Formats: sequence, structure tokens, C-alpha cells
Amino acid sequence: MTHTTTTDPSEAAAAPAAAPLLDLHGTVALIRAFETAVSALYRDGEIPGFVHTSLGQEGVAAGVAAALRPDDYLATTHRGHGHVLAKGADVDAMMAELFGKVTGLGRGKGGSMHVADPRIGILGANAIVGAGIPLIVGAALSSKLLKQDRVAVAFFGEGAVNQGSFHEAVNLAAIWDLPAIFLCENNLYAEFTDSSTMTRVGSVAERTIGGYGVHAVTVDGNDAAAVHAATTEAVDRCRRGEGPVLIEAMTYRWHGHYEGDGQPYKTEEEATRWRDRDPLVVLGARIVAEGLATREELDAVERAADERIEQAVAAARAADLPAGEEAYEHVFGA
Amino acid sequence: MSSAPELTTTRYMHAINAGMADVLEHDPTAVVMGIDVGVGGGIFTVTKGLAERFGTDRVIDTPISEMGYVGAAVGAAMTGLRPIVEIMFMDFLGVCLDPIMNQAAKLRYMTAGALEIPIVFRTQTGSGKSAGAQHSQSLEAMVAHIPGLKVVLPGTVTDAKDLLVQAAADPNPVVYVENRRLYSMKGTLDDDPLPLGQARVAVRGDDVTVVTWGQMVRECVAAAEASSASIEVIDLRSLVPLDMATVLESASRTGRLLVVHEAVQDFGAGAEIAARGAEELFDLLRVPVRRIGAPSVPMPFTPTLEQVLMPQGEAVARTAEAMVAEG
Repeated sequence: MTHTTTTDPSEAAAAPAAAPLLDLHGTVALIRAFETAVSALYRDGEIPGFVHTSLGQEGVAAGVAAALRPDDYLATTHRGHGHVLAKGADVDAMMAELFGKVTGLGRGKGGSMHVADPRIGILGANAIVGAGIPLIVGAALSSKLLKQDRVAVAFFGEGAVNQGSFHEAVNLAAIWDLPAIFLCENNLYAEFTDSSTMTRVGSVAERTIGGYGVHAVTVDGNDAAAVHAATTEAVDRCRRGEGPVLIEAMTYRWHGHYEGDGQPYKTEEEATRWRDRDPLVVLGARIVAEGLATREELDAVERAADERIEQAVAAARAADLPAGEEAYEHVFGA
Repeated sequence: MSSAPELTTTRYMHAINAGMADVLEHDPTAVVMGIDVGVGGGIFTVTKGLAERFGTDRVIDTPISEMGYVGAAVGAAMTGLRPIVEIMFMDFLGVCLDPIMNQAAKLRYMTAGALEIPIVFRTQTGSGKSAGAQHSQSLEAMVAHIPGLKVVLPGTVTDAKDLLVQAAADPNPVVYVENRRLYSMKGTLDDDPLPLGQARVAVRGDDVTVVTWGQMVRECVAAAEASSASIEVIDLRSLVPLDMATVLESASRTGRLLVVHEAVQDFGAGAEIAARGAEELFDLLRVPVRRIGAPSVPMPFTPTLEQVLMPQGEAVARTAEAMVAEG
């Protein structure tokens, strides 16, 4: 099985369309600040419900979103804060939604697992594993039939690859040559379970190529620039009408499946190894090495991201809860 | 279609086809999707001719992947298309419930109206054809129980067309349930369709209000003609929205309420209507509310056993007469 093409980070570095490294760094820093704050707020009981953070995986969100147009579609998972922020969702409205406030993206009716903003192509996070994948195939079908030139990206984890929805959706996109990108964040764990124990074929890219004849690549998900390069190429293929692409981005989830999960199923050695490849550090080191910015300048960007999130938290705390009668609104449209 | 001034006579299945053709002709964003709906014209020929007329880009054959293509149809509905997606048998909801129940029904609400999902889930049901327990279920109570879905069940030829056209124009997800025993039924198309959500009084009567929908409308109309009781038959046409105003007006007049459906009786939609009738009309009803539905048993294959379980018009007439005798 040698069909899988691996996007080498060093190739991405040499690409003429140089990755917007500083932009990527800014996005990774913003997501890092958002998720770090959310983790603490959830621990302290300020955010209700269930929360799943993407700490450690921010490079994928940043790299993918930077390759998309504002009108391209995106659907994501229960672990979707980073993708939605990277696509351009309003930070204040995001945070307010997690607080359940009326100023939230869904006026407090969706919550962490259902942040959406269709005005910028975000069809939403989704609390059903694998459910966003067919939705994105539908968005790609709309784009093709309405001749809109828009690309549709489905984020999902490698755990979702054992759902039938993944296989049915990839096959549909393949037979209809749809402009769909299947973006698998392979963080090695399906909730609490080592994913390698749940399939004989560890490579999602291999399963996709062999099973559905769909172009698939594997990329270092902790290298935002490499993700950006791979996604740019996939977007180009889609816009040229060459059909769907799967990108398997190898990454690692620092926190548990949900906030509060103590992760007894992981080893310290593994966690440390991946933390040493922190996407924020990887990106920062490269930027400094290439002379695009100094470490001090990057520190200032990261501080500014923290401050921006602090503002969003303050605004969310100050915002109103929805009035009781709102519970009955938005069930049906007129 | 004929442009003659008299009402057009057609069959139920052709009215469905005409409804889809109407939608495809007038709305360039409408598409029909499903297994065998395109080139093959549908396993009951209900979509016959649509692919030839509107092209296979808009009348789309799918693989046997209900979760995938129904989910894709929901995604398409969020992004500018207006799909009429076919689920070949209502029983197959079992393999594609997530996009209907958790996606289409929920996403408008969870996004405070930011996402709109104008989609029709076209499906069909019906016992009495030896289709077996996996091809005979009337599951309308199951979908009506899910907030965010409208549920329509045409029991007449004109509704087969009118409710489909109205469902396709609706900004919400609508489950449209055909009954295949009605496919060959003849009838006329109304010039002035009733709106979706309004019940129709199919037969006027004074003694007993019979509330029903789908295939049982025909059975109940026949029962009304045959019975010594004066039966008023209300064809609900939709379970969501539920036109209880028409039901309550009639039952408050007759003082007797009987709910009839082909689906199994236990936990069926009839229980909801009976409960509301009892809650609202306790002082006005002369006898307790009654229900007729199938026993809670999987539908058997062999015709003799199937007949044992299927609700019949005869039982409707006898029950109505017993209610009159009772008080």
C-alpha cells in the first residue's frame, strides 16, 4: 500500500505560495487562548454542559481554514471550537454561546457542540460522531449543481471513520465528483479508546484510497504550514472539478475526550512526546528561524490573543441569559 | 396536465408524480434524490419520466446508502437546494434516522434560525400486500414525536399532489407519507387546495366523529356510508401541525370521538388525539374516546394473518354504532 502521498513539511516550506505563517501563528494562538480559557471556565462551573477542547490540535484548524474562502463550507464535530474560530466566527459570540447567553451564535440554544454561522459557511459543530460528513457532501452537491465554485470541508476524527456515515458519504462524493474535502484529524484516540485496536487498517488515507478511489494524503497535523499546503492543493483540485480529497492530519489531543476525563488510557511518555511537538512552538520556531518575526513579537501576539479571549469572557459573563419565551422560538420557520 | 375547466381526474401515484414535476418545473433549486428514482423511475414507478424531463442532475439516483444520501440531502437543503428525498419504505427510517431526527429536525432551533432546512422526506407505507414485517410499518407517530418535523399523510388524490407541492414550498423539514395501497386510487385534483395543517371534513355526520388519515380515510368514508350511525369523517391530512380545532369542533357537536389509524394502536398518534379530546371535551363527550389501530404485533407475511391484524372499515362502522348505543 504505497498510494498514500505524504506531504513533507520541508516541501511546504519551499512552496512558492508561501504559507502565511504569521497568520497561522495568530490563529493557533487565538484557539490556544480560547480553549485554555474554556477548560478553566468549565472546571470552575461557569460553562454548563459538556465541553471538548482541541488543545494540541490547533495547527489543523488554522492550516485548513487559511486555505478556504469565506464562502466555502465547513462542518465539524463535538471538538469544533478551533475550526469554527479559524473559519472566522465572532469570538465574542462563540464564547457567549458556550456560556448559554443570548448574545451567543445560537442565542444559547446550541452550546459548545453546536456553534454555527452559515453566513460564513459554517454549517455547525455536531454532537453526533460522523454526522457532519454527509451534510458536507450535500453542501458540495449544492455547490456543484448551483455552479457556485464553493468547496465544502468536513472535519472528523479517526474514530468517525468506523461510522457508516463516513463510508457512505465518501462514496457519494466520489461517484458524483463533488468538491468535498474530508479532513480527518487523527488524534489516535476514539474517545477513550486507542484507535489502532478498532481497525486492521491504521491509515485512514489507505482505507479511503483503496475503498473508494478517492485521492488521499497524510500530513503532519501539528505543522500548520504543512496542513495549509495540503489543503490548498486539495482546494485547487476541488475547484478544478477533479473530485473529493481526503486529508489525514496526524495530531494529538492534549486533554481528555471531554474536560474532566483523566485519560488513564494514555501513557505519560506518549503525551510528553506529542507535547514536545506543540503546534504553536513548531510554528513559532519556524517563523523565528526564517526571520519573519522575533520571539518577542510572537510573544506579544500570544499575549494579545489571551487578552482578546479575556475580553470575550468578560462580555459573555456580562451578557443576558435568553428570556424564557425564547425556549419556544425557532422550532419552525414561517 | 389538462387545462379543461372540469376537475382533472387522475390516480394517486400520478398525482404524486405531477406534484414533483410541478415543483421541479417551478423551482430551479428543487431536486429529487433516492434509490432508483432516476433512470429506473422508482420501484413503484412514482418518479417515472422525471429524469427524462428534468435530467439526471436534478432527479438523482443514489447508492443504497440511506444514511449517506439522506444526510447529503439535508446538507444540500442547508445550502441552497430544496431536495425531495425518497426513503423507499418507511421501515428504512431505521437506517437513516440520524439526518432526519438529529440534523434536519434540530439545526434550525440550535442555530436560532440561522440554518434553514427546506426538505421533503418522501416515503411510503402500507400493510395488506404481504410485504412482511420490515416493509409494512406505519411509523408516523415516531416522526411526529420528534420536535422540528412536520408530518403529512395524503389520503386523497388531490392531497397526494397538493401536500407534496406545499411540503416542498415549506421552509421546514416535512415527512411526506404515501400509502402504497392508494397508488392506483382514482380521484380529482382540486383547483383550490387546502393549506398544509388544515384538516378536511370528508363526510358530514351527527353521531360520531371519526378522526383518521392516510389509507384509513378511504376505509372510514366507506364505513360512514355503510353504517347505521351518522359518522363524520375527519381526514387530518397532517399530524404536525395537528388541526385539533376541527376535531374538537366536530366532537363537541357529536359528543363521540373515535380515532382510527393503520399504525399499531399502542403509543400511536391516536393516543395523543384521544388524550387531547378527553382533556378538552370531558364534559361534552357522551361516551369515552375510542381508538382503532393494529395490535402491537409485527405484520405477518401471509395474507390471512395480515388480515387478522389490519384495521378494517367494518370495525369502524361497528364501533361507531356501539358508541351510539352506549350513550
